Order: sequence, then C-alpha cells, then structure tokens
Amino acid sequence: MEKTIGNTTVNMGDDGYLVDLNEWNQEVATEIAQEEGITLTDEHWKVLEYLQNQHKKDVPLTIRNVGKSGVVDIKGFYALFPEGPLKKASRIAGIPKPVSCI
Amino acid sequence: MIKNIVILGAGTAGTMMSNHLRRALSEDWNITIIDQRTEHHYQPGYLFVPFGVYEPEDIVKPIEKFIPDGVNLVLGAIERIYPDKDKVVMASGKEFDYDILIVATGTDIAPEETEGMMGPHWHKDVFDFYTLEGATALAKKFKDWEGGKLVINIVEMPIKCPVAPLEFAFLADAFFEQKGMRDKVEIAFATPMSGAFTKPKATEKLDYLLKEKNIEIIPDFNVMSIDGEAKTITDYAGKEVSYDVLVTVPTNKGSDLMERSGIGDELNYIPTDRATLQSKVKENIFAIGDATNIPASKAGSVAHFEGEVLLENILRYISGKELKEGFDGHANCFIETGHGKALLIDFNYTHEPVSGTFPFPGVGPLNLLKESRMNHMGKMAFKWIYWNMLITGRHLPFVTTKMQEAGKNFD
Ligand SMILES: Cc1cc2nc3c(=O)[nH]c(=O)nc-3n(C[C@H](O)[C@H](O)[C@H](O)COP(=O)(O)OP(=O)(O)OC[C@H]3O[C@@H](n4cnc5c(N)ncnc54)[C@H](O)[C@@H]3O)c2cc1C
Repeated sequence: MEKTIGNTTVNMGDDGYLVDLNEWNQEVATEIAQEEGITLTDEHWKVLEYLQNQHKKDVPLTIRNVGKSGVVDIKGFYALFPEGPLKKASRIAGIPKPVSCI
Repeated sequence: MIKNIVILGAGTAGTMMSNHLRRALSEDWNITIIDQRTEHHYQPGYLFVPFGVYEPEDIVKPIEKFIPDGVNLVLGAIERIYPDKDKVVMASGKEFDYDILIVATGTDIAPEETEGMMGPHWHKDVFDFYTLEGATALAKKFKDWEGGKLVINIVEMPIKCPVAPLEFAFLADAFFEQKGMRDKVEIAFATPMSGAFTKPKATEKLDYLLKEKNIEIIPDFNVMSIDGEAKTITDYAGKEVSYDVLVTVPTNKGSDLMERSGIGDELNYIPTDRATLQSKVKENIFAIGDATNIPASKAGSVAHFEGEVLLENILRYISGKELKEGFDGHANCFIETGHGKALLIDFNYTHEPVSGTFPFPGVGPLNLLKESRMNHMGKMAFKWIYWNMLITGRHLPFVTTKMQEAGKNFD
C-alpha cells in the first residue's frame, strides 16, 4: 500500500510497518508517531537510532536487549513508547515488525 | 593418534549425542561427557507433578545409566571453555583438551532476574514448575489449597517448552474441576505475548480453548516486579495483577559458563548456525539443544531432530567435508488440554503449526491442532520413548527429521 506522508510517498505493509527503511525520514517518523499518540523528543530519537542500527547489523531486537543497551532502560522504554514499546518503536523507526519469538 | 571429543552437559541432548557418537566413531576417538549432576531428569514430567500424576521417582534416574560403555563420564561443574586453546577447565581445576567440542548445557530458570521474585514467599505462594523442587512444592500446596486466585505467568520469552505454561493452565482447570472446587478457583494467564502462543494459527485455537475453560488471558504483560507480601505482580506499563498462588516461568538463561568463557549472548546462549549446528565461536565447537541461540523451540523433540543432523555434520567435519545445512527447525509437541485429551503441533522455521494428520498423511492416527484422546496417549507414551529411545539416540518410529508437508492443511 502506498501512503503519502508530508512530502514523501512510502510503501507500507498490511501490518502498518514500512517495507523499506530507505524511505524513512524524520518527517515520516513524526507522522507515524503521531498516529501512535506520541510526540517525539530527543530521548525518543536516540532510541529510534539505536533500533535502526541494530536492525542494520541483523541483531534480533528484544525488550531485554534494548533495556541493556545503555540508551534507555526497560522502564524508560515503556515510558517513551507506552504499552507495546518494541512494536511501537519499531514502527516509528521504519524497521520490520518484531517477530514474536518461538 | 587418539583424538578427543568432549561433550558438555549430560541431559537430553548430550546423552543422546554420546550414544550416537560412540556407535559411529572408531576407538581412535575418545569421548568424554561432563555434567555437574548425578541425576537425569525427565523434564516434561515436571508438568504433571503438581497434580499428583507423577511422583518424583517416576522422572528421575541416574545419569550414568544412559551413558554407553566406552564413553568417559566425568562428574563436576565446568568452569570455562578456552576456544583459543581447545581446552575445557572444570571447577576442580581438572582440564580436558579437545579436537571437537559439543556444547549441550541446556537452559535453566533465573528467578533472581525479576525484582522481588525470590524471598520468603518463594515456593510458599510463588512457585515455578520448571524444577523438580518447584513442582514438588506446588504439589504440596495444591493438596489442601482451599481456592482463590491462581495466576500463571511467563516472565519473558524465549523459554524452554513454550507450550508448558498453557498446558499447566489447562491441567489446573481440569484438576480443580475433578476436585469439585473449580468454582472456588479463579485462573488467569498473564503473558508477554499478544495471545496464548507464539504462532498465530495455533494461538487462535488455544485462545479459544482458554476461553472455553474460563481461563482469563492477560496479554502483553511484561512483569517488572513481584510484591510477595501484598501478593501482586506489576508490569512495566504499570498494570497490577493480584494473586493467591502465583505459578511463574521465570526468565530462562543458558549456563553462566558461557559468560565466563565470553562466548554467550545476553541470555548466555551460544551463537550457532541454525542449519548446520556449528557454533559461530569456532569451527570445532558445535552446539545442540536448549543451549543454542537458534530460533527454534527449546524442546526435547527438537534436540532429537537436531541430533541426527549434528551427528552427520560431525562425521563430515572429521573427514574434511562441507557441512550439511540439514536442520529445518522441526518441532513436534503435544499440548495437554486436560481431561485425558491433548493437541499435537508440528512446525519448523518456515511453517507454523497447522491442522491435519500425523505421522501418516490423511490417516493419522494423531490429529494436528485438534483435541483428542489419542494425542493424550501419545503424550503419556513420550516418557517411555524418552527413556528408551530418545536419549539413547534411536530413530523414533515413523517420525522424520525434516518436517513432512503431506497430510497438512497449509493455506
Ligand atoms: C516443565 C517442562 C516441560 C517440558 N515438556 C516437554 C515436552 O512435552 N516435550 C519436549 O520435547 N520437551 C519438553 N520440555 C523441554 C525438554 O525437557 C528440554 O528441551 C530438553 O531437556 C533439553 O535438553 P538439553 O540437553 O539441551 O538440556 P538439559 O537436558 O537441561 O541438559 C543440560 C545439562 O547440562 C548440565 N550443565 C549445565 N551447565 C553445566 C556446567 N556449568 N557444568 C556441568 N554441567 C552443566 C546440566 O546439569 C544438565 O544436566 C519440557 C521442559 C520443561 C521444564
């Protein structure tokens, strides 16, 4: 599905996650965050950048390893992205929906 | 020249590999297996202990009974692996050099990871059933419990045998019903997942069963802390759930041997190739069972399927051949649903559990994703198969290492 956000047209999967991280930019993130009811602050951006870097390195993301990243602890992660922090933050960061583990 | 294979851990996978390898290798190979325990536990049996179905003596046997002649069994704790020196050192200081190392140290609960889990309430009103001590303490509690709120909880994924907590909920429902006190027991299932299980199709079916059995599901619940005095668990989002009896599956972690050796991930699992079972640490280190970080279920049936692939790859490695990408993530689990019935699920890396028949396409006799008495018989027969075939490295009747696709209803 194509979706126009501000000046950008992005491909969005049925699950509401960006198909291609290359189409991501700050404006897109801000817009998706708004849909999630979140206003992005510096703290949010740091987490998003961390998630994108881990994703590029093919490291599977879990709430636990985000909590140990030094960027934010688990409690802080929940405070920034209430309810499903990993699911919400991944969507805003433009990376795939986290796979639930086995 | 004599060469050495050292196996770390004599549980399901290690014991099985010692049997496979002794049969396959000549006398030029010394095989040593090391474990800190003297007892081998049939862990799937823990599930039944709280409900008085099995007594501890049904599920515990001496480790040495299953280690074949010609394999050197060493008892004691392993302190460290030195991949650069091809050496293993034990807590006693004893050292073993190896040409090939197999890591099969499994996974265990780590209740200390959750704030407030340990304390005077541990095994009094907060229980695990992933250890024999926990399961036995719970059996005692249930014997004369007068009812109240029973909360079953998974702290975080991954855990071994991810269906066990659900089975526990189903068995508890049936147990209290048979005792004529189901109306006095409220059962809730608090899980970090968005539903009953990790795979969507099975989740649909299992969510339905939970509902039917009047078990409340509390999804997306990530425990932050336990207050043993107030009897509440609180999650990171601030949700609070109170309990009278809490049955929790604490964080599961691999052996801290990995941390000491500097080779584990953040949960002490050893990075492993998901298709060849060669570790990513060094080419002469292989891993099997719950100890690996591969994205497959941590289950005895998985260890069994891995065993046949690992045996072949070790023989290939010895003769300098390329390793085979033979493991497809195949898992096969019975799910007890109570009242003498069970479901069966069969899945791998690419296919989630579906409905159909097993092991013979179109015939069964076992039904996938459907409750039946036959499946329950299968589950109970697994104990015999485990002691007599699985850990001694025999091929299981009719079951293939790679998942079969015939007879299954894929979309
Ligand atoms: C409640 C429950 C129900 C289950 N139900 C099922 C089921 O229905 N079907 C199924 O297929 N599977 C089931 N399982 C899972 C199954 O039991 C495990 O997946 C299987 O036992 C894993 O085998 P393993 O060899 O990897 O680890 P284990 O069998 O746990 O063996 C690891 C061994 O390593 C030793 N070890 C670890 N660290 C050290 C060290 N530093 N020094 C010395 N020794 C060490 C330990 O003492 C242990 O003996 C269940 C598990 C539980 C807990």
